[in-house]
Amino acid sequence: MRRKGVNYARYGYIFSIPFVITYLVFQLYPLLFTTIIGFTDYKGIGKIDFKFLEDIFGNFKLILKNPSFQVSLKNTFGMWILNFIPQILLALLLTAWFTNNRRKIKGQGFFKVVFYMPNIITQATIAILFYQLFQYPTGPVNSLLQNMGIMDASYNFLLNKTVSRGIIAFIQFWMWYGYTMIILVSGALGINPELYEASEIDGATSRQTFFKITIPNLRTILLFTLVTSLVGGLNMFDIPKLFNNGGPDNGTLTSSVFIYNQAFSGSYMYNRAAAASLIMFGIIAICSAALFLIMYDKDEARIRKLEKKQQKALRKIEKETRRLAK
Amino acid sequence: MRHEVTIPQKLYKIFVYVACISLAILSILPFYIMFVNATRGTYEIQSNAISLIPSKYLGSNYAVFDGKSFSPVIGFVNSMIISIGATALTAYFSSLTAYALVAYNWKLRQPFFAFILAVMMVPAQLTSIGFYQFMYRIKWTNSFLPLILPAIAAPTVVFFMRQYLLGTLSLDIVNSGRIDGAGEFHIFNRIVIPIMKPAIATQAIFAFVASWNNYFMPSILLTNREKYTMPIMISQLKGDIYKTEYGSVYLGLALTVLPLFVVYFSLSKYIIAGVALGGVKE
Repeated sequence: MRRKGVNYARYGYIFSIPFVITYLVFQLYPLLFTTIIGFTDYKGIGKIDFKFLEDIFGNFKLILKNPSFQVSLKNTFGMWILNFIPQILLALLLTAWFTNNRRKIKGQGFFKVVFYMPNIITQATIAILFYQLFQYPTGPVNSLLQNMGIMDASYNFLLNKTVSRGIIAFIQFWMWYGYTMIILVSGALGINPELYEASEIDGATSRQTFFKITIPNLRTILLFTLVTSLVGGLNMFDIPKLFNNGGPDNGTLTSSVFIYNQAFSGSYMYNRAAAASLIMFGIIAICSAALFLIMYDKDEARIRKLEKKQQKALRKIEKETRRLAK
Repeated sequence: MRHEVTIPQKLYKIFVYVACISLAILSILPFYIMFVNATRGTYEIQSNAISLIPSKYLGSNYAVFDGKSFSPVIGFVNSMIISIGATALTAYFSSLTAYALVAYNWKLRQPFFAFILAVMMVPAQLTSIGFYQFMYRIKWTNSFLPLILPAIAAPTVVFFMRQYLLGTLSLDIVNSGRIDGAGEFHIFNRIVIPIMKPAIATQAIFAFVASWNNYFMPSILLTNREKYTMPIMISQLKGDIYKTEYGSVYLGLALTVLPLFVVYFSLSKYIIAGVALGGVKE
């Protein structure tokens, strides 16, 4: 069917072209290429030819059986949980304090700025700064603990696996609780004030209000935080790589550091690194899909309304323009 | 109301303020120690690594960098080029894509938006093997292009821009532009971009910081010292040359933090508001 006048719809396609082409070239193609490499014998620096393995899933089998990869998965999840639980609890506590209408806390703006600050600093800097802070025998942490009389002699924190893992989890916690808190506070401020008024009239305490109104209404935001944090945590690279290079003795090796080491150091096993990437991709895809399903419904209802309005206006305007163009 | 009385108002407030101030100190202290130690000599740091008072070795700490692998000026310039390029591309093309999603009624609009939502969470890191091999084949390693051009397609930013446009763009304005005979592209550049300024500013700050802090991709692609970005320069500070130069390492770290502090504390209002926006997008 040929329409009279200007067909504006084609501009929708034209304006999306740069995005689509860039996405196809720089993200989709590398993803497909990674997938192919995962099934081949491709390794060694400077080579460009490869062939498919006879045992097509050979790389995947090797990676899944690789003790370092298993350790790295355990470390990645372990350090993520160790940072996420205290992070979300502290963020919730701060949210309760900052949104309590009866007992207003002053200086919230200042606290938010300071709590969030570590998040924008280069992770490479933070990793090496903490490495310096925990130096043995004379780093600031050792000095501080001895000055305060907590320890008699210096302790080499960086040689202890559990402590190293703890430090990395702490860095993540320290970098992210401010972000989580700001998101939760802004979510709490978006809750219908009538709910709070009603609860006040009913004589609810601050605690009851927080647990019965604030938390249930923050459910979606909490889930959003959970999944974005999980995806970020599963890709943790800069800090474990530069803090202690995955050590001591693979104690802080994450799956991203494992992939990097497979591909870009030593034997340049691009095929195994690609297989490991795809395994991580699968894990992350499952997590994202869960988020997508949970978020889509809620978002839809609100956005659909806006869109319908927009659609209507669009049709009206196109008609009008066509009329005027005649 | 009965429960409220059990914790006296005053005690509650003291507790909250003490906790918040302690957390604030926890945020600042590592950086404070870093700045102070940047001015202290290695001997001073070795005898007591913690001090609240600056010393006088700033100059000699800086002199250590001369001719070694850590060159903050090169790193700064390279990171600037990449970050400004990437930020400009992200800001402009994400706005354009979002405009296409909001202002026009095309068949693939809904599927395209669903696609953007679906790939929002895919981390670029996982495709790094293919990306590196691709760049190696077209001889783009040690080039800034693979760190700048992909910024044209930023799904998360498109998502935010779209939400913003849905709430603010009045199609009557677009239409009056059409009646005046302006082309679609002209309307976008002259009318829509000014409307989107607040959203562009917020997203640009985050895009810039993300690009500035990126370590993984540059460290794979850039092997030529002259091309190193700031985070790669930082990683050089862990090298053996600096093993005993404690003061210089702190100074190097401080130099990398300083520009970020300037940006952050002058724009903190917008940054915090931008972060808060991220949560409400739910």
